[in-house]
Amino acid sequence: MATAEQVAKAAERRDVRDRWLLSAPALLVIFLAATGPLLIVLIYSFLTPGPYGDVKWQFSPDAWLSVFMERDIFDDTLSLAAAHVTIFWRSIKLAVITTIATLALGFPTAYFMATRSEKTRDLWLFLITIPFWTNLLIRTFAVLQIIRNEGIINTILIKLGIVSAPVQILFTDTAILIGMAYVYLPLMVLPIYASMEKLDFRLVEAGYDLYATRFKVLRKIIFPLVKPGVIAGSILVFIPALGAYVTPSVLGGGKNMMLSNLIELQFGQGRNWPLGSALSITVMIIVMVALLAYVRNAGKSGTRHG
Amino acid sequence: MAKNFSIKHQTGFTVIAATCFIVLYLPIIVLVAYAFNAANSTSEWGGFSMRWFQSAWQNVQVIDATLRSFQIGAVAAVLSTIFATMAALATTRTASYPGLTFKYAAINQPLMVPEIVTGVALLIFFSRIKIFTGYSGIGYLIAAHTAFCIPFAYLPIRARLENMDLTLERAAADLYATPWKTFRRITLPLLWPGILAGLMLAFVISLDDVVITEFVKSGGQDTLPTYMLGQIRRGITPEINAISTAFLLLSVAIVTLFFFVSRKRD
Repeated sequence: MATAEQVAKAAERRDVRDRWLLSAPALLVIFLAATGPLLIVLIYSFLTPGPYGDVKWQFSPDAWLSVFMERDIFDDTLSLAAAHVTIFWRSIKLAVITTIATLALGFPTAYFMATRSEKTRDLWLFLITIPFWTNLLIRTFAVLQIIRNEGIINTILIKLGIVSAPVQILFTDTAILIGMAYVYLPLMVLPIYASMEKLDFRLVEAGYDLYATRFKVLRKIIFPLVKPGVIAGSILVFIPALGAYVTPSVLGGGKNMMLSNLIELQFGQGRNWPLGSALSITVMIIVMVALLAYVRNAGKSGTRHG
Repeated sequence: MAKNFSIKHQTGFTVIAATCFIVLYLPIIVLVAYAFNAANSTSEWGGFSMRWFQSAWQNVQVIDATLRSFQIGAVAAVLSTIFATMAALATTRTASYPGLTFKYAAINQPLMVPEIVTGVALLIFFSRIKIFTGYSGIGYLIAAHTAFCIPFAYLPIRARLENMDLTLERAAADLYATPWKTFRRITLPLLWPGILAGLMLAFVISLDDVVITEFVKSGGQDTLPTYMLGQIRRGITPEINAISTAFLLLSVAIVTLFFFVSRKRD
């Protein structure tokens, strides 16, 4: 006869089995149309490119070698692939600056929103949500119209007599940066706002009572308490900024490539699918390393406040 | 210390916040304004006109791409919401069990990988399947959209479930309701706002996608965003402003709905 313990164990096993069955469809779809294909990319990065795209099933480390190295066609010596290094550097630089810029603008904005009265808070939240859910391509296109030579910024500058000829912003790194900061700003504001909303202002009051300056209160009380939001926001901005495709291809023109445009090139005109695959894996590795370093670093400094 | 100042105030923050909101909305307002421009180019203002809306409305490619966007979005949103609801029920309100962490990681996986990488991965994978099966319909787009919509649909549903207590369900069970009856009469009605929010979120996310669609689509399978991307690369016409404006209005409508649905407390 089964003891009570055995019955409980059986019930638990049944529960776990049911929970696996319930989550099976979601896991299956994600494996088939997201995770699984990533494994194929990994395999492709070690194969030989086929003549018309795709691959020949023959092992070759060449793709990985040419991520950073270039083989001289005459004497077979290897040298640093300057073009790739430039693109890697540009992508990482622009993603980092975008994250910093959105944080500098987003933190005060989230603070402002969180300190409004309960009723008006909803309105501000609503106002930040609209650009968030507006198509990214449409928002990039809107920026394009503002910063192009005939756009509103140049028109105003010329009318005011500050410049005589339009300033070329479009098709530069600055254009990509402006565009990315613009489209990813709500991604920074929303998570910071979420943790800022829960902030207990009695702690701030206590800080002032103990003669802390405004800046000190901000640095020693507010910032540590909303840190989870800041971390979440930075991750949410950095990942898509590093792999950004739409913004650089619309605002950067052909010359100012970022990693995503380089990857696309290998699958299109370049017909070098293994190299494209190796570059894709490299992007993922950068993302993961940055994530780990950031989360670990952010977790170490500053004490936990619960 | 005398508290004759607001403790919530921080120097300069209001100015930055105001700048942010102005900067966020200015380009959108200019975009919408130029959609009503009568001139042939967006470089000059030629008076108010609806002609570009009419021209977009009669453009077969635009209509075609819009219908395809809606078709894919609707199917992907419904599928991903159903799967996300099931997954949320399986991963909330329980003690930790073997595989729970794995499930969280797996469900959120599409969020952690840059879109371009998922895009090329699907390009490789689906091009193989296309050769193998000969099928090249929009099924691939629907599968891809369903996969990356799941984490977004999952978010509000899980949040709603976690805030629900088990009392009512236990009461139902005490009153001899079958598990299915408890789910249908108690859990589902309580969960409904979360499901609706998830559905809307998934639909907007699918409607928004450019990158993955660009890599997965076969010839002649443009969605509205990929069609617009192609047009913008060729040069700006006021028609694109008109299409963007119409798209924008739709987004605002969905966001407004979403806002009210997800704000609704119990």
